Amino acid sequence: MAVAQAKIDALAARLDALDLPHGGFTRAARAEALARLRATGLPHRRDEYWKYTDPASLIAAAAPAAALFDGQEPPVFDTIDRLRLVFVDGVFDAEASDDPALAGVEICRLAEADAADIHWAKSVYGVLEARGQDPVSRPLAALNTAAATDGVLIRATGRAAKPVSLIYLHKSETSDAILHHCVRVEGGAELTLLENGPAAARFNKVLEVDVAAGGRFHHVRAQGRDHERRAVTHCFARVGEGALFKSFTLTANGQLTRNETVIEIVGDNAVAHVAGAALGDGRHGTFHHDDTVFVTHDAEACESRQVFKKVLKNGATGVFQGKILVKPGAQKTDGYQISQSLLLDDDSQFLAKPELEIYADDVKCSHGSTSGAIDETALFYLRSRGVPLEEARALLVLSFLADAIAEIEDEAIQQEITSRLEGWLARRR
Amino acid sequence: MLNINNLHVKLEEEDKAILKGVSLDVPAGSVHAIMGPNGSGKSTLSYVLSGRDGYEVTEGSATLEGADLLEMDPEERAAAGLFLAFQYPVEIPGVGNMTFLRTALNAQRKAKGMDEISAGDFLKLVREKAKALKIDADMLKRPVNVGFSGGEKKRNEILQMAVLDPKMCILDETDSGLDVDAMKLVSDGVNALRDAGRSFLVITHYQRLLDHIRPDVVHIMADGRIVKTGGPDLALEVERNGYGDLLAEVG
Repeated sequence: MAVAQAKIDALAARLDALDLPHGGFTRAARAEALARLRATGLPHRRDEYWKYTDPASLIAAAAPAAALFDGQEPPVFDTIDRLRLVFVDGVFDAEASDDPALAGVEICRLAEADAADIHWAKSVYGVLEARGQDPVSRPLAALNTAAATDGVLIRATGRAAKPVSLIYLHKSETSDAILHHCVRVEGGAELTLLENGPAAARFNKVLEVDVAAGGRFHHVRAQGRDHERRAVTHCFARVGEGALFKSFTLTANGQLTRNETVIEIVGDNAVAHVAGAALGDGRHGTFHHDDTVFVTHDAEACESRQVFKKVLKNGATGVFQGKILVKPGAQKTDGYQISQSLLLDDDSQFLAKPELEIYADDVKCSHGSTSGAIDETALFYLRSRGVPLEEARALLVLSFLADAIAEIEDEAIQQEITSRLEGWLARRR
Repeated sequence: MLNINNLHVKLEEEDKAILKGVSLDVPAGSVHAIMGPNGSGKSTLSYVLSGRDGYEVTEGSATLEGADLLEMDPEERAAAGLFLAFQYPVEIPGVGNMTFLRTALNAQRKAKGMDEISAGDFLKLVREKAKALKIDADMLKRPVNVGFSGGEKKRNEILQMAVLDPKMCILDETDSGLDVDAMKLVSDGVNALRDAGRSFLVITHYQRLLDHIRPDVVHIMADGRIVKTGGPDLALEVERNGYGDLLAEVG
């Protein structure tokens, strides 16, 4: 029971360092989350779900310091017309943000809305997170629900006139940010949510997304390039009948990143895709990137896709834990999962745990996982056409990532992500 | 143009000699064909000339307009004017054909100290060359060789050749996997590029390609050496009698 005691001790130390908000409409959800958390303790390396990623720095009482990134680079998504909401080290910055008025969308700040006892987000805040705690507990998400100090609440009632863009700036070397966002896309409405930036030295973020019947939700994020930042993020989605949920994440650098995506498909004929492209270079210290995905099919004739690609060099580590659970009765399910890594040297490693658990008999589910080096024949082909070695390598890296990037529907946003990748590759020639 | 002198090549990984003293001289503006049975070293010659890894030159030389090819990286050989049309063109998912062509062309221009081609000029150039090869806009937009038929892949090789405008073109078994119509398209594409400043080395197993691309000189290669050289008639002789008789004759 040494582990259990260690987990409880870690939790006590962590909670001591936090000033838990009382909450208004979130009060019950926060109390329940705290109770769940006390029951499980914080994650430990010896937990099966954390076998490949050591959570020590994510659970420590204080955030380990992270130097601010000094690279000069224009911010991502700059060419996209969007509504900008800025958070500095986890605190909303109204001055730096756009006026949150947007046709088809209601936006408010969690820290303000939480003064009231009644809010539409009461049916989302902590609710989807709680649903996502079974069958695997996710204590850092429960901690987030209990302790989140800020965030945005976004309700799309029509087709959003432009994307809502959350920009996370990191200005203090020891900042410890806990943000919690809730999104509800009403029936037939459509919203694109963009996120970018490192946010803090240590960032714990929960995004809960409830997509009602016929709603469409697109999510594209570029996690900050700070080499030393740490982040644990959870996205909990509930997808209704005929609805669409699509999420793509680009991660370049960061000492430790754990991105969990938990999707529950509850309405027939829904579509849920989650994709990620991670580029890690261990030369700045450590690069450890973990994508953990759990997709539950609990309705008929739904489609889910998990497409994760990682490019690793100089001792970088990539992790993929992906699961598709098809519940009894979820007939005609079409589930697919692919996780691949491109190892640019012998020092890097990729650890994958793909899982399928199927309780219906008329389904189509498959998964694949590969690790490989750059294709020498393709490299020679490009060079024989005059493309220099490093440029040829970069093209083949982009080629490797293409399937994941193709998951971004909007062409302009896709182009922004591609340029970002090209920049990363160009700096490493 | 291309001078190969007493070239000896072995596999890097094992002690196996593939080329055992190949000598060849392809003057500017001429078309030479190399024929030979399987395993004679024809494709190895094309790979060694274009700089593929895995081979070790143990003796001899290869120069392009006097410049030592064997000292150059593959991309430098391309910029110097060498082009290899692959027997098996490589598929590159996620990289558009146009992006690939523009990257290659601009890389070569940069290596020659020229400015990058403008987007408009590039488009015009590719459209004009593509039209002659019956390559449509869709093929240009698709990822390089992905989902292309055998004939489309070979046409795409010739398109690259036309756009990159090399001096010395090596065609490695370009006829393999082609039906009659595709062979004609590809050959017409090659013939359109023939001029006084450009040379071709056409490697083929069969004579039929040489009906369409008429060579000036035909070499027969066997066991890593050129064993016989002659005019276009030599190809017909091979077609009639097979390699057996001919090789027996040269002993």
